[in-house]
Amino acid sequence: MTTVVPGKGPGQGPGQGPGQGPDASGAADRAAVRVTDRAADRPAGGLAERGTDGEPGPETYESAFDAAVAADERIEPRDWMPDAYRATLVRQIAQHAHSEIIGMMPEANWLSRAPSLRRKAILMAKVQDEAGHGLYLYGAAETLGTGRDELLDKLHSGRQKYSSIFNYPTLTWADVGAIGWLVDGAAITNQVPLCRCSYGPYARAMVRICKEESFHQRQGYELLLVLSRGTDAQHAMAQDAIDRWWWPSLMMFGPPDDESAHSAQSMAWKIKRHSNDELRQRFVDICVPQAEALGLTLPDPDLRWNEEAGHWDFGAIDWGEFKAVLKGNGPCNEQRISQRRRAHEDGAWVRDAAAAHARKRQEAASR
Amino acid sequence: MSSDWPLWEVFVRSRRGLSHTHAGSLHAPDAELALRNARDLYTRRSEGISIWVVPSSAVTASSPDEKDPFFEPAADKPYRHPTFYEVPEGVKNL
Amino acid sequence: MTSTVADRPELALADDALILSHRLGQWAGHAPVLEEEVALANIALDLLGQARALYSELGDEDELAYLREERAFRNCQLVEQPNGDFAVTLVRQLFFSSWQELLYGQLTSMPLAVKAVKEVVYHRDHAEQWTLRLGDGTDESHRRAQHAVDTLWRYTGELFQPLPGLDVCWDAMRSGWEKRVTGILDRATLTVPDGPQHGGWAAGAGRQGLHTEPFGPMLAEMQHLHRSHPGAAW
Repeated sequence: MTTVVPGKGPGQGPGQGPGQGPDASGAADRAAVRVTDRAADRPAGGLAERGTDGEPGPETYESAFDAAVAADERIEPRDWMPDAYRATLVRQIAQHAHSEIIGMMPEANWLSRAPSLRRKAILMAKVQDEAGHGLYLYGAAETLGTGRDELLDKLHSGRQKYSSIFNYPTLTWADVGAIGWLVDGAAITNQVPLCRCSYGPYARAMVRICKEESFHQRQGYELLLVLSRGTDAQHAMAQDAIDRWWWPSLMMFGPPDDESAHSAQSMAWKIKRHSNDELRQRFVDICVPQAEALGLTLPDPDLRWNEEAGHWDFGAIDWGEFKAVLKGNGPCNEQRISQRRRAHEDGAWVRDAAAAHARKRQEAASR
Repeated sequence: MSSDWPLWEVFVRSRRGLSHTHAGSLHAPDAELALRNARDLYTRRSEGISIWVVPSSAVTASSPDEKDPFFEPAADKPYRHPTFYEVPEGVKNL
Repeated sequence: MTSTVADRPELALADDALILSHRLGQWAGHAPVLEEEVALANIALDLLGQARALYSELGDEDELAYLREERAFRNCQLVEQPNGDFAVTLVRQLFFSSWQELLYGQLTSMPLAVKAVKEVVYHRDHAEQWTLRLGDGTDESHRRAQHAVDTLWRYTGELFQPLPGLDVCWDAMRSGWEKRVTGILDRATLTVPDGPQHGGWAAGAGRQGLHTEPFGPMLAEMQHLHRSHPGAAW
């Protein structure tokens, strides 16, 4: 065995042209994982144990994994991977998936009140996309051997988190714009590098998501632009939204690098490609001129251009608030998770019914 | 519980002349709903004209360890690939 | 808005589509399974698209959607019924989409109908699939589905009240609809109600601008922001 991941080039065999095929093996991998209780960890009947007979041992797997990551190759579901790598991915992908479905709520809050039919259609499509993105991501997590049920259960019981930003309320229509521009903007800044994440299924899900997300940010920006150039009341509504969403958006990049618990290892594994602070700075640099074009002000008196660094300096982030919201003391933590739990519980009879119907039909067919 | 809803793999043909390509997965209680869910999820931006759904449990895959015996023999047969052959400049329809 | 617009049958069809779309949108974040979040939103988006196309034929879409009073809306009462549980939503969809498919199928001179009928076939199919599963699933789902059928049945008669100006054979519509819907209910082991298909109010129903009580609050919520900023662009 020379590599951990399927090689590029002619060796891939017929029917697997570029952009085709690799996920299908992921599909089967997942099936195997489910059937054989994570046999993926020990592929091909415990080859690892045969190390004593002169066959490749566990250290060979590990070095092959390291080599693949170093060579910027993708790790695929049934490849050997360190347990901690798998655990980190499951945690991160699950949190990402949870964020998509909890993130539907603050925006859906305005679906019934969207002020024009055009905006109503845009918002509905966006909220729908988020459900879709949640599905892509749960699918990616499942390739690692963890089912969606288990992940949802962890979300509902508070054992897994979602992005803290969604614990803030949408108080006016302009908040829908602020979420699109700032929250989705921050998310995209975070996500674009994830398209090159070392884990194949996650990277592929992110490619799809980023492609679809580009409209989310734009519609938010356009929404704010119309408000900013509209009546005085609309302009004030837009400014108020920016005032409330700016700082929480900066917090979306996570704690500063020197306090970030998982960053270093994730960078080494190429799950993460840039540090929290690096991405945060990139986001600020992007937003400052965009805010100016909107005719709106970012609520930071310390914001100034640093000629030497070639970046915008910005003020201190209130990490106390970040931690409080993360711990459950945000304005909407309880509301969001309750709604999520209720939807799941209220839907149990529907899921049961469909499963029962399928069983009945199978029994009838086998008779 | 939805654990009774098995996982399905979705393959989409994006347009005529191309083969079905794996697009992702989803949960559904049966094949009919799997197909409909796949249509809603994976072709809502007109990404496809034909869909296959396959129970994930029905897919048999080569294991990574078999990869070498499975695929490496092909790696030393570059003559299977058209780029192996030099064609004089200007020659068309080859 | 001129009185001629108010009398146009397209207005009633547009109102049907908008109001049902709005109701379906209320499922966002509440659906029983993620896959259905996507499915219900797809249907809602199709219907909203239909409403917008129809309104635009008649005038300014937002003026028509946001600035008419409750009594000026001509949607049938079926579409305004609250979502209830998943069974109520899906049976409502079965009743409506089966009707809409037959209607649009006859309106071959209306470009929107020709385009939209393909969407509607899919909505009807989705509703049928779920009616079968809920009706013939568990005891609980059967009970809920039967309750949905019984509750909504009285709103189905209005669908066959002729809309002046549409070249449609309403009797054929009714028999086609009944055949289709009772066929599905039978297969779903559900009982076709023997009660009347309309309420006991002689003044009329939705097509005459007479709505059920939940409609007012729904409309108020939908319109309030638009109305709070008269003349503003969004």
